[in-house]
Amino acid sequence: MTDTPAPRHIPDRLDKPLSSAIFSWEALLVVIAVAIFAVNSFASPYFLDPWSLSDLTFNFTEKGLIALAMALLIISGEIDLSVAAIVALASTMMGMAVQAGAGTPVLVAIGIAVGLACGAFNGLLVTRLGLPSIVVTIGTMSLFRGIAFIILGDQAYKGYPESFAFFGQGYAWWVFSFELALFLVAALIYWFVLHRTSFGRRVFAIGNNPVACQFSGVRVDRIKFILFCLTGLMSGIASVLITSRLGSTRPSIAQGYELEAITMVVLGGVSILGGAGSILGVVLAAFIMGLVTFGLGLLNVPGIVMSIFIGLLLIIVIALPIVWRRLREGRFA
Amino acid sequence: MKSFLKYREIWLLAGIVVLIGLISTRFPGFADPANLRQVFNDTSILMILALGQMVVILTRSIDLSMASNLCFTGMVVAMLNAAHPAIPIPVLIVIALAVGLVLGAINGFLVWRLNVPSIVVTLGTLTIYRGATFVVSGGAWVNADQMSPDFINFQRAAFLGLPVLSWIAIIVIALFFLVMTRTAIGRSIYAIGVNPTASVYAGIDVGRTKFIVFCISGMIGGLAGYLWISRYVIASVEVANGYELNIIAACVIGGISIAGGIGSVGGAVLGALFLGIISNALPVINISPFWQMAISGSAIILAVVLNARGERRQGRIILRKAEAA
Repeated sequence: MTDTPAPRHIPDRLDKPLSSAIFSWEALLVVIAVAIFAVNSFASPYFLDPWSLSDLTFNFTEKGLIALAMALLIISGEIDLSVAAIVALASTMMGMAVQAGAGTPVLVAIGIAVGLACGAFNGLLVTRLGLPSIVVTIGTMSLFRGIAFIILGDQAYKGYPESFAFFGQGYAWWVFSFELALFLVAALIYWFVLHRTSFGRRVFAIGNNPVACQFSGVRVDRIKFILFCLTGLMSGIASVLITSRLGSTRPSIAQGYELEAITMVVLGGVSILGGAGSILGVVLAAFIMGLVTFGLGLLNVPGIVMSIFIGLLLIIVIALPIVWRRLREGRFA
Repeated sequence: MKSFLKYREIWLLAGIVVLIGLISTRFPGFADPANLRQVFNDTSILMILALGQMVVILTRSIDLSMASNLCFTGMVVAMLNAAHPAIPIPVLIVIALAVGLVLGAINGFLVWRLNVPSIVVTLGTLTIYRGATFVVSGGAWVNADQMSPDFINFQRAAFLGLPVLSWIAIIVIALFFLVMTRTAIGRSIYAIGVNPTASVYAGIDVGRTKFIVFCISGMIGGLAGYLWISRYVIASVEVANGYELNIIAACVIGGISIAGGIGSVGGAVLGALFLGIISNALPVINISPFWQMAISGSAIILAVVLNARGERRQGRIILRKAEAA
């Protein structure tokens, strides 16, 4: 009677054939990145220089840090449009602290703490009150940046201490900036959390079916709250970097970053509907956006025209697999 | 009476009356009919934009490209006027509507035929249309002295006691009211938002309706483009930068559910008026205009909290389901 069957080995994940790796989203992004890289090096003689490549990374590291957390949030089926406003508010608070005579460690702590607090505020509104995140964060976006405007008006905070400049302008090693190093470390951490922990699994599960998750004992609201906090935290970190890089704070700082961060996430293959995506894709998308803007910049293409390329890239990359699938289905139907 | 109070619009209207009352205690002239007419006129553009956005949101989609469309169409119309001042204004308005329609149709086509989520499509076209403005203008501005007097004065001309701009807003509001409450397409738009699957079984072509909805918002964006440029008499790449979120904010305050299916013409108009009153009132009651952003942000959050109580019939997760159709 007691003869229980030996526990069967149930594979955690299915073996992926090589073909799926070749035709994956990330592979597509790598091809695009290499293509842009090649075009850039032919188009401008200044491109293939370690230092100009290093400058290139400043185009995406700050937004990329936000995009990492945003990716998790979007995978879970939510969104945060207030990230750029959080950057502005955190930067304003750091500016106030400077006026009060705070030193570098205090400034960093304030930037990160303000970011975290703003993220927690978003998270509370979404999870406790059950409100749609897209609308809540449009509201908090106005609110956070509005507070920065109330405090600063048309003024600017300057006079950040010398040592504070390291975060945005310093180099970790040779041509590798502190910002880039931080971005890569953060990408590794986010990759590990999303793809190698049960927490990451739950994030995917929530994005695919929050109701089923709830009934499976996943604390959906708590995880979403944590994700909003993380997004706020990353915005706070980005705020420290950008404030340090610019050396001044205006209430209009980081304007439009939210859409660029979301573009990175979507371009990186994260489904805007939730439930799918990878950190590798987001990192590649960040590099691609940096490559495009920097390469075009070397060719003296104005920033606003670059945005056309980014927009086209976004739509084409999203539409391409859909068109491809349609064509194949059409042929075999 | 009880059923009367159920309407969200009544509460919003009451809120606006209270707001005007509060402002009047600080600045007695605010509630003057002449001043209120001015506020209405100042808010006209936001009102028609909110209506265009409303029909999109009702179908569980979103159009983030409206402000960029406005910027592009405004630039095209202004450049046409600068180059050929002889073109009559009604023709220019038709051109603005047509250009806007094309831009909206691009959005609609991508959403309909390629099934790309609308938030992604319009995030892309948001940057593309604004970039295109730079390309057609070469980065140059069109200033007031390059525009013909007709171009600038058309919407300012008084007609039956109101400026033409206000009349245009009134006509647009009336048209939307008729379409949303008296036509099959209006019914379909609501039906898709409430239940896309059931709509398909009811014989509604969901994709085609979404296409039409984006065409409508595109035309509205184009119309607003001419109105905006001739009102603020400068056309540049920076026109209405970031305004897309104000438009959505007006809708949200007006009780239009981002989850689709819930909302009315009256709500969108009142939501826009609410924002318009705040921005008009702050300077006259000596509050720094820098407060405006934070106040409208708080208003949005408050509106969402209040609206959510009425909508909590079922758990809806917008981003996942919004595009499922």
